[in-house]
Formats: sequence, structure tokens, C-alpha cells
Amino acid sequence: MVQKVVQEVVVVVTSSPFFKIFFRLLTIVNCLLLSTVGQAATLPPDSVDALYHRYEGGGMEIDGPFVLLRKSVGTQFSLNGHYYVDTVSAASIDVVATASPYEEERTEYSAGIDYIHEKTILSAGYTNSEENDFSADTLFVSISQDFFGDLTNLSLGYSRGWDEVGMRKSTFSEETDRQNYKFGLSQVITKNMLLGLDVDIISDQGYLNNPYRSYRYRVGAGFETATEKYPETRTSTAVALRSMYYLPYRASIKAEYRFFSDSWGVDADTYELQYVHPIGSSWVLEGRYRYYEQSKADFYSDIFPFKDSQDFMGRDKELSTFSNYTVGLGASYIFGKGAIAHVDRLKITALVDYLEFEYEDFRDVTKPSASAVAGDEPLFGFDAWVTRLSVTMEY
Amino acid sequence: MRVLSTKALSIIVLIVMAPLHGCSDIKPWVKPYERSNLADPIMSLSRHGAAGSYIHHVYQARESARGAEGGAGGGCGCN
Repeated sequence: MVQKVVQEVVVVVTSSPFFKIFFRLLTIVNCLLLSTVGQAATLPPDSVDALYHRYEGGGMEIDGPFVLLRKSVGTQFSLNGHYYVDTVSAASIDVVATASPYEEERTEYSAGIDYIHEKTILSAGYTNSEENDFSADTLFVSISQDFFGDLTNLSLGYSRGWDEVGMRKSTFSEETDRQNYKFGLSQVITKNMLLGLDVDIISDQGYLNNPYRSYRYRVGAGFETATEKYPETRTSTAVALRSMYYLPYRASIKAEYRFFSDSWGVDADTYELQYVHPIGSSWVLEGRYRYYEQSKADFYSDIFPFKDSQDFMGRDKELSTFSNYTVGLGASYIFGKGAIAHVDRLKITALVDYLEFEYEDFRDVTKPSASAVAGDEPLFGFDAWVTRLSVTMEY
Repeated sequence: MRVLSTKALSIIVLIVMAPLHGCSDIKPWVKPYERSNLADPIMSLSRHGAAGSYIHHVYQARESARGAEGGAGGGCGCN
């Protein structure tokens, strides 16, 4: 009798639409995890990647080199390191409005190691970034595994960062801890299509202000400024879905969407389309369009009614409601194996991007107010050019 | 109580075994010899190495959104 009841219950439960879908999903997950047929994962090739980068716009000029090296040790290890410099000359709206233009340099070093065992790659690394008023150390570990005849790749990562925030010509010093959890999945859908899913959860704790930035509050028809006050914690989630498609002729299209949300009330959407078109075996041309929009943080305002009117107050334009778009063009020339002695592949690339930012509730205080009352200045906006010139050599 | 335990056990066994049985239905559907288009460098999700990392940094410094850029590694440690 008991057995009969159990059988009936099982039949009813397993024949319901919910369980049919549930079992199907479990089947796919189990098969993905159990399948070990196919080729093994590979480490990145030995390479030298040298980049000159330049950003120019909104009163900022930033340029410098970025060099990335990779070298294998034996068949299972690969070492990597990078050196990156930003030379900044800043007279942006933020510093023009409430501070003095400045020049500074940011230098970043990193060292990392990848270890491969069959279809699994373990990675670990360390990054240090230094400015005269800022220091950051980051450690990370990640694991990546190919499944299902190498049609699926799953990666998990964790990083921990320790920042020290200071101020030029001051003994001011505060600390910030950062934690980042990463999940990545890439899946071959057809012989012409790939899909990628990435999830990042980032949590910050400590001093999260920019110590140079101020909020403004009304005083009569004008305004005065005071140091911003931010919450001491911030947690954000970003989820991105990417799709890469090989067209009927030799060219590819990438489509990308990213959703972002954080505990400060900022929600953002990013959309990107990229087209890559090779010409012969040496030239590759590409074009891309990216659109980004975000809502403001809960504690952001262009102008507050009076001093200390809220627990938290911010006027960073990065926390305001705004959108931007990027149009980018690029060209690469590739020397294949045999073209240069001891070099497997040499790629020379030039990429130029045009960015335009439009703010909806951040006003340009360097311009006069239309009504002569503070808070009625024209809305701010700016454009920028980003240039990247790189040489990548695989050997 | 005994009925409940048996039911729970039956369902657990079904959950574990049914998907394993179903594996014969799902096999890698793109064979290694069909992957020439996927292996073409123009199909790489991150083709530009250091140049790709740099453009993420440009956006991170000017937008609130951060993360899920698709690159490997542990972030630049910058704000």
C-alpha cells in the first residue's frame, strides 16, 4: 500500500510540467559536469604586448605606456606581468570648479601565474598601483574549467584589494577594503556562435569619497561648497551577456548587454555592438558602437538646500544621471608565422574612439546661471578622444 | 512518517538518477572538426590584450558601473 502511494506520488510529481523542465535542466547541468570528451584547455601564448594610450577630453589629458609580458615555464606554468603608466594633466570641470589644475602620475605593476592541469587553469596574481596621493594593492585567484567537449568554459574568481587614500600636500590618510567575486560562463551555441555570461559582485568598505570633491549648497541666490560625505560601504552587481557570431562570409559581429546595480541606488545599462572585418590574411578592420546610461545615486544632488542637509551628500558627476556613447574604429596589420624570424605572430593595431557624455542633473558651475540663481546653470557635457596604438608579438 | 521518508528518498533518487540517465540524449553538438570558424581570431571575445584592459579602465574612471567587462584577472585596483 505504502509503495503504491509512493509510486503514484512520484508519477504525479514527475509528470508535472515544472518537474519536466526541472529534470531537463538537471540533465544538462549533470552532463556538462560529467563530460570530459574533447581537447584540453591551453595556456595563453608567450607574448609581448606594448601599448601607447592617450585620452584627451573634458579638460583632461592622460597618456602613457602599458606593457604586458607572458612567458611559459615548462608545459604547465605561464608567468605574466604588466607595467602601466598614466601621466595626468587635469583641468577638468571638477578641479576647475573647486580646486586647482594639477599634474600627476599613476604607476601600476602586476605579476601573475597560470597553472594548467588537463582542462583546468588556476591563476593567481598581485597588482600594485601608486599615485602621490593614492595606493592600491590587489590579490586575486581564479579557476577556469572546460566542460562538455570544450563547448563550455566555467570560471570563478575572487580578488581582495586594500587601498590607501591620501591628499596632496596633506597628512590626510584613509583606508578602503575591496572584495570582488567573479563568475564567468562561455558556451559554444553553434559552429558559428558563442555566448558569454559574466557576473561580478564587488563590495567596498571604508573611505569611498574622493577627498578633493565637494558638494554645493544654497546660500541666498548663490552657493558655497563643503566636503562630500559618502556611505562607508558599497556593494554592486554587474551581469553581462555577450554573443559573438561568425557571419556567412569571413567577418564577425559581437553584441553585448550589461546590467549594473549598486547599493547606492545607481542602476546602469550598457549596450555594445562590434563588427570585425578581415581583408586578406593581413588586415583586420573593425568598428564599434557603445551606449551607456545610468541613474543617479540616492545621495547625489547638483545643489543641496543647505549645509549638512542629509547624512550623505555627493556631487560627483560619476554619481549623477547621465548617458554617453562611443564610436570606435580600428585597424590591425598581422605578420604571420615565417614573416619575421623567431616570431610566431606580430600584430600592429591602431584604435581610435570618440566619446560623448551628456549629463541630466549635473550643471556647469563655470558658466553663469540663466536666472542668476544658483542651480540654473546650463547642464554639463563633454566629448573625448581615446587613442590606442599597440604592438603584440607572440613568440 | 515512514511514508514521508520513503517519498523524500524516492524523489531524491529520481533527481540524482534521472539526469544521469538523460546524458545519452545530450552530447557536444559542435564536433571538433566543425570549429574552424570559432577558432578564427576574429571570434575572440577579448582580442586586444592590454588595449582592451585600458579601455575598461577609461570607462571605470568615468562611470559608476563596474565589473563583468569580460576580461580575466582581478581588476586594476584603481578607483
